[in-house]
Amino acid sequence: MGFFTDTSVCIGCKACEVACKEWNMIPEDGLNFTGMSYDNSEGLSADTWRHVAFIEQRLPLGEQETSGARPASAGGGGAPVDLGMPSFDLPGAQTGEAERGDFRWLMSSDVCKHCTHAACLDVCPTGSLFRTEYGTVVVQEDICNGCGYCVPACPYGVIDKREDDGRVWKCTLCYDRLGDGLEPACAKACPTDSIQFGDLDELRERAAGRVERLHEEGITSARLYGDDPDDGVGGAGAFFLLLDEPEVYGLPPDPVVTTRDLPDIWKHAGVAALTLLAGLTATFVRRRG
Amino acid sequence: MSTSDVTKQGMRGARPGREALTGSKRVRRRRGDRHAMVPEAEFRSYYGKPVLNQVPWAATDIAGYLFLGGLAGASSVLAAGAELTGRPDLARAMKVGALGAISGSVVALVHDLGRPARFVNMLRVCKPSSPMSMGSWLLAGYGPLAGAAAATSVTGLFPRLGTAATLGAGLVGPAVASYTAPLICDTAVPSWHEGYRQMPFVFVGSGAAAAGGLGMLAAPVGQAGPARRAAVLGAGLELAATELMERRMGMVAEPYRTGRAGALMRAAKTLTAAGAVGGALLGGRSRLASALSGAALIAGSACTRFGVFHAGVQSAADPKYTVVPQRERVRESGLISDQPKVPKAREASEPAAG
Ligand code: SF4
Ligand code: SF4
Repeated sequence: MGFFTDTSVCIGCKACEVACKEWNMIPEDGLNFTGMSYDNSEGLSADTWRHVAFIEQRLPLGEQETSGARPASAGGGGAPVDLGMPSFDLPGAQTGEAERGDFRWLMSSDVCKHCTHAACLDVCPTGSLFRTEYGTVVVQEDICNGCGYCVPACPYGVIDKREDDGRVWKCTLCYDRLGDGLEPACAKACPTDSIQFGDLDELRERAAGRVERLHEEGITSARLYGDDPDDGVGGAGAFFLLLDEPEVYGLPPDPVVTTRDLPDIWKHAGVAALTLLAGLTATFVRRRG
Repeated sequence: MSTSDVTKQGMRGARPGREALTGSKRVRRRRGDRHAMVPEAEFRSYYGKPVLNQVPWAATDIAGYLFLGGLAGASSVLAAGAELTGRPDLARAMKVGALGAISGSVVALVHDLGRPARFVNMLRVCKPSSPMSMGSWLLAGYGPLAGAAAATSVTGLFPRLGTAATLGAGLVGPAVASYTAPLICDTAVPSWHEGYRQMPFVFVGSGAAAAGGLGMLAAPVGQAGPARRAAVLGAGLELAATELMERRMGMVAEPYRTGRAGALMRAAKTLTAAGAVGGALLGGRSRLASALSGAALIAGSACTRFGVFHAGVQSAADPKYTVVPQRERVRESGLISDQPKVPKAREASEPAAG
């Protein structure tokens, strides 16, 4: 089971962030004006398990309909009726379309990827992180030692240590809700169905169709991220439809699970240990000092 | 609201939001657009925010832990050698040094974890996929050996047991000195992971230099010969391995040369080289020179570990070190991204718009 997050329909309402906090009773961690965008939660952390990124770009996504009137063909029924409400011009309306700058907003709700090869799970020395019967990755808070090893191991910067209790926290994909046959709180709360929960194979199929549709419509920058079971983490339990390169959303372009190199790492360490033993032995053998 | 199936069109299985096409109309391209664009940056990121979450370890705890582990492990090997070749003073100094260092490293670890019971919790499972788990078991085995070796040596009780413990600690010592390299390299931190081939050699070299330094500092000149040679060997290995590591790492080596990490790495090189040369030339003649060189070597080894630690922290804090190498890899492998980038997408849609 997993998530497909279709960022092309995300409206940046942050309902998922709030629903996640509410359901999981995550402590408040401060809403800050970051000064970088309208995003006030910055990134995933111990107390932010869903994070909606806002990306402002000087690019057109397409020709967006900005006037109040809908074309008759849209079924809106002709010109708008004046209700006598106070009104003002749309920004840029005076200058004319040609003078308007390009602008688009990308929004994307990020979450733990529930990797098939999860580095956090591999390196945990206490077995606190485990894989559930749904294929997701969950921390058992009563066992977590707070060693923090999983934090730098995660190639996506998801799991994090909560300062005041010293343990790590992250998205559980609402393990408790799944057990009761409910979908995760974020997916439930998403008003545009940008977050979809379900069987991964089915989601992947749906996602592929969606990308095709967008490409047909001329949005050729649409691509899937994290859906490939042959990628560096063996495919993720949460994958995304993005409209730009992953790094623009704060995602690594080609993450690889760190433990893929571990046999090689151990081998080099073993040779180094033997080198040390041999070298120090030699200091006694060479001549009497 | 994925379960709300009430739409304007009535009850529908299809979910309205999903089929919405944001700005799906084709783009009309205006002349001069390309020049109006901000020139493309070397790499792109989410407002310069790091991709990785920062290592939650305190430098004094974990860099100190790396240093003390190396010192202890290599000291135990020297202690065993000194014991077997009849250098009692050197042996005692190294055994006491090893116990002190390993106790210090356990204190650092426990301080990082928060409370002692958590160290015991580490022994719940035994996982080769976790260097920290392996390390906990190594410490649990090595600690008592080093303790017994030092205690018997200082008190003079149970000499046989003491010799056995000394040899045991000497055999486990190299593993204690080298496992800390996998510990930090088995992470997604670019400047640690990329160096995993050379890092163990940097660490054992640094450990040997520190242990040699300790021997020169604590044992009489007459018995400290092996310690001096260990220091020279270790310093040579450390400096060569560091050099090789930085060359092989490409751009990810930058953090080793900048900021706090850069300063520490430069200090480490100077202290280590000075200590090794001073020890080799003068250590055999003057007690003072021997002690000074020894102290320089120990300080150099500590600087190396703190430098490596901070280089990792610096590399995790800057998204460049995560994004650029991965982008390169993608480009080279040609696996993904023949998908056009956004500006191209806009051009691609031009004819249709015309
Ligand atoms: S994204 Fe990070 S925290 Fe989530 S499963 Fe993968 S490695 Fe673990
Ligand atoms: S912080 Fe907790 S979950 Fe993470 S590796 Fe340590 S014990 Fe495991």
